[in-house]
Amino acid sequence: MRRMWRRFLAYRAGVLAAAYVLVLVLVAAATPFLPGPDPLQISNDVMQAPSLAHLLGTDELGRDVLSGIVHGVAVSLTVGFAAALAATVIGVVIGATAGYWGGLFDLLVMRIAEVFQVVPSFILAAVIVALSGPGLTRVVSVIALLAWPQVARLMRGEVMRIKGLEFVDAVRCLGVREPVILATEVIPNALAPVLAAGTLIVAQAILLEAALSFLGLSSADLVSWGRMLNSGQRFLYNAWWLSVFPGTAIFLTVLAFNLLGDAIGAALNPRTET
Amino acid sequence: MRRFLLARLGWAVPVILAILVVNFLIIHIVPGDPIQALIGDFPAPPGYADQIRHEFGLDQPVSTQLGLYLLNLAKGQLGFSFANRQPVLGLILQRAQFTLLLMLPALAAAAILGIVMALAAAPRAGSLYDSGLTALSLVGFSLPIFWLGQLLVIVFAIKLHLLPAQGMFSLRERLTGWPYVLDVLWHLVLPMFSVTIYYVAIVARVARASVLDALSQDFVLTAKAKGLSRRHVLWRHVLPNALIPVVTVIGYNFGYSLTGAILVETVFAWPGLGNLFITSIGNRDYPVLQGIFLLTAIAVVIANVATDLIYASLDPRVRATGLGHA
Repeated sequence: MRRMWRRFLAYRAGVLAAAYVLVLVLVAAATPFLPGPDPLQISNDVMQAPSLAHLLGTDELGRDVLSGIVHGVAVSLTVGFAAALAATVIGVVIGATAGYWGGLFDLLVMRIAEVFQVVPSFILAAVIVALSGPGLTRVVSVIALLAWPQVARLMRGEVMRIKGLEFVDAVRCLGVREPVILATEVIPNALAPVLAAGTLIVAQAILLEAALSFLGLSSADLVSWGRMLNSGQRFLYNAWWLSVFPGTAIFLTVLAFNLLGDAIGAALNPRTET
Repeated sequence: MRRFLLARLGWAVPVILAILVVNFLIIHIVPGDPIQALIGDFPAPPGYADQIRHEFGLDQPVSTQLGLYLLNLAKGQLGFSFANRQPVLGLILQRAQFTLLLMLPALAAAAILGIVMALAAAPRAGSLYDSGLTALSLVGFSLPIFWLGQLLVIVFAIKLHLLPAQGMFSLRERLTGWPYVLDVLWHLVLPMFSVTIYYVAIVARVARASVLDALSQDFVLTAKAKGLSRRHVLWRHVLPNALIPVVTVIGYNFGYSLTGAILVETVFAWPGLGNLFITSIGNRDYPVLQGIFLLTAIAVVIANVATDLIYASLDPRVRATGLGHA
């Protein structure tokens, strides 16, 4: 455990990313109590360039960009974490079941997973959201639906490896029932790579949500970074700040989760040298 | 080779069938009447809804509906776009040309740049360059591609006035012949660069690994021992072997680059599929959206099979052992 922690610290970028994510989580939790204007409050200060009154400028309706970015943290993190959690849970259950018992279910599940990995997932997500209507819950479900195969394939491979190890046979000799062996012995030992994959899915989910909102596939009364870039696109010629700042927020956040995922993967993999 | 081809088709056919079923299921997620998904929100002539309802058997059990749906697709019937007053299939194929015009040069540029970067660096594998490549690919993975497009427009088109910001050709004058081609190429630079940057990183990483691998092989030692020049060894002996994994990585990423092109098009008002996609979202022109998903998904499957075939023709070992789809 201590060596693992040291490997993680050695991966300095990972630590920096973790600190950044921690700050984001705090901001998201504190959003309702933060001072500053309501991000949806329109005003007469329309299309103001960054100034002391509005540090990151205002948009076409006089809404404060900084306030929008701060309130957008909660949206991005909610989508990212909820989608990644759902995808991971579904992927773990399905992957573990398929890997442990094999057979027809395994064959079927892996073929389905293959289809999901081949189709252009962003286009599918956009079509589903366009037809069924925007809404955070829908977006989260669609992302989870598209992302679970990554986890399932990983989990299946790990479970197939672990179920052949001696300690599993030892437990079986004690008369423990198979589902209990899977749940208490095999799955916990297979979770390490899944944790890293789950963190990377947070990054993908935030990026996907931003792209959907950028295309206008999110509700207009919800402040999100992608939505702000959608306004930025319309006023590219007059208001660079509407694009530059929300985009930076997306980029840094996605980068942080990608770095964190890599760091977790490296820390949990005993073969990595420091 | 024929057995290999059959095996790959045996993989592709069920996948395409599954894509068709997914597309069928999407019709039924529209809240309310599924007829809405088949004709869209744009005002259609009276009687058309009833005709479609009958053609797709919407008053019959789901299994019959699926059968009819597949039958209609087999006839090339993807529906009619009332917003564009055109059958969906023709509309999409027409716009797909422009997407390919953006995408294929981008992929080619990424391949060439990536390979050159790898060839330049691999023989003297320094850790600084290696971490530079890792950083580049992390940035590529994390950068919203449409935001990169916006930044390029702001810097190169709006602030520096170096390149055009939008569209595929100049609207001020009607050009023909070579000036027209040059004009299109001129408009292609920024969107192409937006799509390229991500692939350069991927290609360079893969190519670097395979160049390093090839350099350590015995045939390179033989070539050097024969007294061939360093450049000759690198270009004639190392490169052909290092190219094989690069072909695979480009082919398997076809779907990603298609998605990337679609997002970039909306930034640059490039008249391809992405542009059609976003206007169809605005018009609630559902048959077009579904058609785009269907055709791009099938294109990706075909690209995967084509990649495997190219791979097999480049590397005889694959044909002998078969290839598990990774």
